[in-house]
Order: sequence, then C-alpha cells, then structure tokens
Amino acid sequence: MNKPSEEELHAWVDGELGDARRAEVEGQLAGNEEAAARARRYRSINEALKSLYDPVLDEPVPDRLLDRRRPWTERAGVYAKAAGLVAVGTALGWLAHAFVPLPSGQGVSLARQAAIAYAVYAPEVRHPVEVGADDADHLVRWLSKRLGTDLKCPKLGAYGFSLVGGRLLSGPNGPVAQFMFQDNRGARLTLYVSGQRGDSHQTAFRFSQEDRVSVFYWIDGRYGYALSGEIGREKLLSIANAVYQQLNP
Amino acid sequence: MAGMEEHPIVQHIPRLRRYARALVGDRHAADDLVQDTLERAWNKYHLWRPGSDLRAWLFAIMHNVFVNQMRSRRLDAEQLMEDPPSPAVRATQLDGIEIADLQRALGQLSLEHREVLMLVAVEEMKYEEIGRALDIPVGTVMSRLSRARERLRQHIDGASQIVPLKVVK
Repeated sequence: MNKPSEEELHAWVDGELGDARRAEVEGQLAGNEEAAARARRYRSINEALKSLYDPVLDEPVPDRLLDRRRPWTERAGVYAKAAGLVAVGTALGWLAHAFVPLPSGQGVSLARQAAIAYAVYAPEVRHPVEVGADDADHLVRWLSKRLGTDLKCPKLGAYGFSLVGGRLLSGPNGPVAQFMFQDNRGARLTLYVSGQRGDSHQTAFRFSQEDRVSVFYWIDGRYGYALSGEIGREKLLSIANAVYQQLNP
Repeated sequence: MAGMEEHPIVQHIPRLRRYARALVGDRHAADDLVQDTLERAWNKYHLWRPGSDLRAWLFAIMHNVFVNQMRSRRLDAEQLMEDPPSPAVRATQLDGIEIADLQRALGQLSLEHREVLMLVAVEEMKYEEIGRALDIPVGTVMSRLSRARERLRQHIDGASQIVPLKVVK
C-alpha cells in the first residue's frame, strides 16, 4: 500500500508514531501528494488552534479562581481561627461555634447563613466582591445564570447605599448570590439570595439578630432573600421593604 | 500567602482556563467551568496519588464536570454548538486559516470531538494521556481525532472553495 490509514496519518501529524512506522509513513506520503497535503493542513489546524487559545495563558487569573481553594464556609473557619478574627471584629464572637464545619443537609437557617456571609465578606478591604459595580450588568447575568433565575439588583441610592458588586457563594442548597452595598461612611449591607429546598412558598419578613449583624429575611417562591447589615433595625426594615418592592414591582 | 500560590494545582490554573475556553468559548462560562473544577479538585485533593500525573487528573475532573453540566443543561449544550467560541486573538488569519472559518467550523463539532481535538492541538497531550483523562481507549481517541480534524478541515477548505466554484460553474 502506498497510503497510510487515516488514523496513522493523524498519528504521524501529532508525532505519535515510533521511528520505524514514522519512516514508513513518510515514504508513503512522498508518493501521495493528496495525503501529504492533508497532513500539512492538519498540522496548520493544530497550530492555528494553539495560536487561537494560547493568549489565555497570559491573561491574569481572576481572583475568584484563586480565592476559593475550599468551600467558603470552610475558609471562613480558617479566617476565624487566624488573626483575621481581629480584622473581622467582634461581630464574629458568635461565629466561633458556627464555623465548625456544618453537617451537610442540616438546615442552617437562611438568616444565619446570610449573617456568616456578611461577617466574612463585609470587612474585606481589597476583595469584598468578585465582580464590581462597574460591571453590574454582567454581574446580574452571571449570578442569574448560576442560580437559574432572573435576578434583579435593587437600587438603594435613596437610602444612601450604592452597589459595590457581588459574588457567588456555595450554600447548602447550591449556588448563592451575594450583592454588597455601601454608604459614604463605609457601612455595608449585603443581599443574600439562595435557592430553597421543597415546594415554593412565601413568608412574611422575619427578623434575626446574629450578634451585631441584623438580618431581615423572607422566602418568595423558590428563593430565600436576606438583607444583612450592622445598622439599626428600623432602618434595615425600611430598606428591606424597598428591596422587596423593587424585586416584585 | 506566597506559599499557597505555589501549590501544584494553582500552577495548572492557566492551562485549565485555556482548555475551558477552547471547550465552551465564552470567557465567563469557561471560568465558571474552571471554578467548578477547582472546587472539586480541592475537595478531592487527598485522593490524588502523589507521583501520578496531576495535569491528567485535573483534566479528568474538568471533563467530568463538563459532561455533567452538558447532560443537565441540554439547551446550553445546543446553544454552545451553535455559538462559535469567542476569539482569544484579534488576528484574522492564523497559519493560512481564516479565524472566522475556523470558529464556525469548531461550532459544528460535537463536544466529544472538540474535547479530543483541543487536547491534542492546544494541550499537546499524548493520545494515551487523553485516553486516561477522558476515560476512553486510545483507539477511540484516534478515531474521534481523525474524524474531528478531517471534519474541521473540510469545513475550512470548503468555506474558502465553495464561492469560487460557484463562480466557475
């Protein structure tokens, strides 16, 4: 035969043949211009694909890929144990026991999950969010896609809070979205949106005080919402009302 | 934290991102895939056997995450097939191949074919490593590859030939 098999032709292109077989195939290609031309083309395709995607190697790796070495609840435990406790402040007092790895499936209340997430990320100076407010459209699209619903990001300017950005977290029921807001004195609020197990239902506003973190939370359909902050209960309630109204126009 | 940056898994992140981009095209969707892969890898790291090929292990995890996601999101898979991967470079031609043609052709490949082709062409993996990462025999790697690359070639060469042929006729 003066023609290599298709698979051998490809193997030759990719340098997968042993010396003896390679020499044979090269001999066959010398007498078969059609196969030789295709082999050159395959090689060009390899090189074009490589040039097309190699630039990704030089892109800076996004923080979110470096940051999540472990599920965030576990990392929170590390933070709490380390000197970070000082930075996070006394808000973490109650968290010492909460950071024992949570048994999976055990219903950690929405309010508590939201308060933990608030206590972990609200004090962050350099990386409070994964995607900043300047890319808000992408943020909402991305989190919507991950949660499988059309999320909306409320506007809280009337209460002196502007969007910082948001991040994706993992909760007991899957992906969780956290939006963060900040006022001009640096006080922060987070809106935590998490899928709920079981049938869809609705609840009234509920309030929970988790040490210094105040949380208003409610369930609407298949999603739970929790607004957390270290601000007075009355003010937080009025903002929670505004959030609810904006999400349900 | 410098010590943590040097963790072997971290060193592979740029390559995982490159492969994910080649698979799903869209930058954010690709990084989502990497993120899911890394979460699983960190959780399962104690199962990795020191001395074995960490890259193959990570790519195997990414393959499983990818396949599961595609299975659970059929619509997305179909959408991905129609959406050609977004360009990572701004040139219009590479090695005599129009990038637009290349991307359109890639969009037509099945995900199985795209995986094998990208591991060969972009990752420059050996057939045997690919077989391990995708959990398929080397023979299957070879048959998928030869079909994938030939199909791509026909798309590309067809795209640049069809128009002049019509004119001639």
